[in-house]
Amino acid sequence: MKFYEISKEPINIQAVIDKVVQREAGAITTFIGTVRELTYGKKTLFLIYEAYEAMAVKKLEQIGREIEERWAGSKAAITHRVGRLDITDIAVVIAVSTPHRADSYEANRYAIERIKEIVPIWKKEHWEDGEEWVGNQLETKAYPSGKPEEGDLNE
Amino acid sequence: MNKVLFFAHLRDAVGEEVLRLDASGKTVAELKAELTSKYKLPRMDTVMTAINEEFASNDEVIQDGDEIAFIPPVSGG
Repeated sequence: MKFYEISKEPINIQAVIDKVVQREAGAITTFIGTVRELTYGKKTLFLIYEAYEAMAVKKLEQIGREIEERWAGSKAAITHRVGRLDITDIAVVIAVSTPHRADSYEANRYAIERIKEIVPIWKKEHWEDGEEWVGNQLETKAYPSGKPEEGDLNE
Repeated sequence: MNKVLFFAHLRDAVGEEVLRLDASGKTVAELKAELTSKYKLPRMDTVMTAINEEFASNDEVIQDGDEIAFIPPVSGG
């Protein structure tokens, strides 16, 4: 079974959840990232996501390993969509199971924050008046050494 | 020979997704500087680099056959 995937097809939410079912779990949290219409008042028409797929899968696997090391007994599965997505379409599904619920929420939050730091996936926003590749939301992050710093990777 | 991959706005700037060139013996920083001036690549201070699908620092030396990718700030999720 592939726990970490990049998908050109719509994501089957239940299929992602099913991957983390385990007898030891008392909780499964699911995060579903969807395409938002308005960002700071600006209207998005649709998005294009693209990935450096081979590396993106490796980085999703890395996030999974980090989660399983940090939260004992946890199991994670992540699928991220690529291609054209319309408003309300699902961009990412993250499922995490853990023995107790608090860990499940925390680990799931950790996964989405890490995706936004280290997984090579980009979105191009298409608006009524143009289009642009979006970097990190405010274009504030620079990588003077050419890769994420220790702090970026472990925060 | 080396494969050099460009994504998102960098691919738009270069006009190609893949360049094949010989970068062996150069550091990541040297290759980055060379391509930045040749293709007028924008905002390269925010761009990370991967060698063979793993993040690499600017002082890493490129070997023959390495696949290099320039990774603009990511926006998945």
